[in-house]
Amino acid sequence: MKSAVITFPGSNCDRDMDVALKQFGFKNKMVWHNDVELPKTDLIVLPGGFSYGDYLRCGSMASKSKIMKSVINFANSGGMVMGICNGFQILVETGLVPGVLLRNKYLEFICKNVFVKIKNKKNIFFKNIDTDVLEFHIAHNEGNYFCTKDQLKEIEDNEQVAINYCDKNGKIEEQFNPNGSIKNIAGIFNKEKNVLGMMPHPERMIDNFLSGEDGSLFFNNLMNNLK
Amino acid sequence: MIVNEQVAIDHGLKKDEYDKICELLKRTPNITELGIFSAMWNEHCSYKSSRLHLKKLPTKGKKVIQGPGENAGVIDIEDNDAIVFKIESHNHPSFIEPYQGAATGVGGIMRDVFTMGARPIANLNSIHFGSPQHKKTKNLLRGVVHGIGGYGNCMGVPTIAGQTSFDSSYNGNILVNAMTLGLVKKDKIFYSKAAGLNKPVIYVGSKTGRDGIHGASMASASFDDKIEEKKPTVQVGDPFTEKLLLEACLELMAGDSIIAIQDMGAAGLTSSSIEMASKGNLGIEINLNKVPCRETKMTPYEIMLSESQERMLIVLENGKEEKAKKIFDKWNLDFAVIGKTTNTKKIQLYFDNEKVADIPVNTLVENSPMYERKWKKSKLPKKNKIKKEDLKNLKIIDVLKKILANPNICSKEWIWQQYDHTVMGDTIQKPGGDAGVVRVHGTKKAVATSVDSSAVYCWAHPLTGGKQVVCESFRNLISVGAKPIAITNCLNFGSPENEENMGEFVECVQGIGEASEYLKFPVVSGNVSFYNQTKDVGIKPTPAIGGVGLIKDYKKMISMDFKEVNNFVLVIGKTEGHLDQSLFARNILDEKNGPPPEINLFNEKNNGETLLKLIENSLIKSAHDVSLGGIITAVAKMCIKGNKGINLNKPKYLINEMEYFFAEDQGRYIIEISKENVKKVTDILNKNAVHFDELGTINENELYIDQKTKVAIDVLRSSNTNWLSEYMSK
Repeated sequence: MKSAVITFPGSNCDRDMDVALKQFGFKNKMVWHNDVELPKTDLIVLPGGFSYGDYLRCGSMASKSKIMKSVINFANSGGMVMGICNGFQILVETGLVPGVLLRNKYLEFICKNVFVKIKNKKNIFFKNIDTDVLEFHIAHNEGNYFCTKDQLKEIEDNEQVAINYCDKNGKIEEQFNPNGSIKNIAGIFNKEKNVLGMMPHPERMIDNFLSGEDGSLFFNNLMNNLK
Repeated sequence: MIVNEQVAIDHGLKKDEYDKICELLKRTPNITELGIFSAMWNEHCSYKSSRLHLKKLPTKGKKVIQGPGENAGVIDIEDNDAIVFKIESHNHPSFIEPYQGAATGVGGIMRDVFTMGARPIANLNSIHFGSPQHKKTKNLLRGVVHGIGGYGNCMGVPTIAGQTSFDSSYNGNILVNAMTLGLVKKDKIFYSKAAGLNKPVIYVGSKTGRDGIHGASMASASFDDKIEEKKPTVQVGDPFTEKLLLEACLELMAGDSIIAIQDMGAAGLTSSSIEMASKGNLGIEINLNKVPCRETKMTPYEIMLSESQERMLIVLENGKEEKAKKIFDKWNLDFAVIGKTTNTKKIQLYFDNEKVADIPVNTLVENSPMYERKWKKSKLPKKNKIKKEDLKNLKIIDVLKKILANPNICSKEWIWQQYDHTVMGDTIQKPGGDAGVVRVHGTKKAVATSVDSSAVYCWAHPLTGGKQVVCESFRNLISVGAKPIAITNCLNFGSPENEENMGEFVECVQGIGEASEYLKFPVVSGNVSFYNQTKDVGIKPTPAIGGVGLIKDYKKMISMDFKEVNNFVLVIGKTEGHLDQSLFARNILDEKNGPPPEINLFNEKNNGETLLKLIENSLIKSAHDVSLGGIITAVAKMCIKGNKGINLNKPKYLINEMEYFFAEDQGRYIIEISKENVKKVTDILNKNAVHFDELGTINENELYIDQKTKVAIDVLRSSNTNWLSEYMSK
């Protein structure tokens, strides 16, 4: 399987994602934001970081960079695209997934482990995962997911919610919501479920010396689903 | 503007220093030249009060590749890998403007490290605030933490360890010390020594603005009532540009075009160009019209003294300009050839076709003032006689809860959760333990690092305090299973013109020197910050020591959390019951006099090295050094972290229970061992003449003392974790 990670100026999880993808068998290529053409690939990842310094609005300038036209075309023709953290913010800015990401409710950057419940397994990202709750890691300042009532209804009707913040038993309650996201949403799909945006960083959980290993579970599963 | 003695004094120079300048130049300097002298001769850049004493520190060792004198120190971690590291203060700016002050402190230290060709892999910080009740403390703490996070997080470098303390002596002068470790190949280290004639001098990075002019001079003076007016001297940080600068520099460094490189830190273009010329024994000629400026009509004086951030000066090989420019264009950074190296041994500046400065380099560097300041020796205070009846009425669990909730002991999670400590995917020990640990990417090795200071001990007796901080750093590294290699120091003191403050400096440095010599733990980089005082009152002497150690096989790293029920717990090192200057004496008995605990360097080394051997042989399950709050505080923290309890027994010593559990005798560690290894471990300890006491065994979730007093670990946890977040949300 082939993957491509886009590096924007200010991306800082691009290497970590490259390491993770390769560890789970992807042939990964790094792609510079100023390039126009994408390499032949099965998966595109927009990594975490502070693209363009997150000035103006997180992800907004990156969403207009040259390579993004090709990424949008790739997604619209059914290609798999995953945005992590800042990558999620970029996806929201392109409109590939609905909603916005606001500043965390308590106005502070937050870096810690959280639990998320998988809401929808009828898609290539989470199909066949044999657990409902994953322990993931977050590190962000603007992860407070928000959308209008109408959008929320549409998202729920189309089963676009991917993961929700919860406790270790999968209970989704406000007290387990680290950043104020509406309905504890931690990640969502586009309507067709080939585009996933999420705040947690699975690439930081890929061996037992790190914060956990549920990232390994996620990538292994993804690889098997793509094969 | 006409330069005279008064103008010089307004620049922070002394009358005799001004006279010396005129004598060296054999004329009156013009205003640009005076600005350059004032920037190079202030305390911050010239180390004029400290140089004499710093020379005495041990700086050499088998693993030392580069000691003090470069942008940062470099140590060998084998297999052609090296670690570049340094700590630096940003105290004054952080008090005036906490967010930007702290942020640019972090930015500055990272630049010092990547200037040498190393990719930063870990950040640390040592931050000290006034009393929690002081009206400024909360906002300063919040601003500093946001600033450190704002810069480090954006750079994508994990902040993996640190230290925070509160003491009323910092009410009017907080301390913000930032430290960075970088990884480099031993054969790809870059230095700041210029070489060769007519080599192009290149300016890269951000444009030069009017911010931070005289920043280094501000950092070399005491605070008074008008500090708010000094806000414009604080620089403004742009971590995004620094991230681009990092990537661009490392890309250029992969080739062979750079002769020398130096970041523009304190005193900006002035000190960077002069240092490069001085080290290469050359001259440098600069056309200031070529310097990229952010604002119009900047004068030569302003351009030379600006401390705008995220800038570098490079001496390139001839003919490599185009190739280098392409890299900086790709990263959208300014790139300008602003001058060349010359054989004049002078710094010569041109602006609008006029020569605006012409100064022999040696007058600025070698001939800079050096003072042998007067200093006062401190006596070892008399030991206090603590009355047994004072201890009688105390309930040990109540005292423990109070100590765990003490601002200087409590969990600092509220702080470090705001720092990205997991980016780069190699953090294997997070903040909150004895030392932070990151793997050397793609290898079996890991690097452990910690930053420590003990202002109370240093204040009570500087010589002992200086030794203690080095030992503490040594112990923190050992506790995770790392072999200590070298240290960097950030020496935060009051005014060198005050004999007592100067005495504190001299004796702390002596203590640091003695301990680092004995432990073979040399000083490879550092920074001095004097004038940490408001009006006439200096801070408690606060040397901060940043230690670095190597773990050859990261699978053998250990942590402080208790692991398994029924495992045995021992304390290594002898407990004499020293309470003076302990957290217990100062906060529970309200007794602030007496000497700090004594340091026995032989025991430190022997206990530490023996424990390291045990860890390397996989005989230890968890370890934690005993420091503030004594044995019981250390044990309680291990319980809280591991979510386990302990059946604790006081050995049958003659000393009181309170003395045994709360004393801060040095050279001690708590260790956890599985039952089957008890004999093996105690045999090795005995064979090496290491004293140990049996403390007890691990249980599910309660701390039991002598089978009669108990408390649930959850109760201790809330005492320990709640204080800071509650304080900040009030």
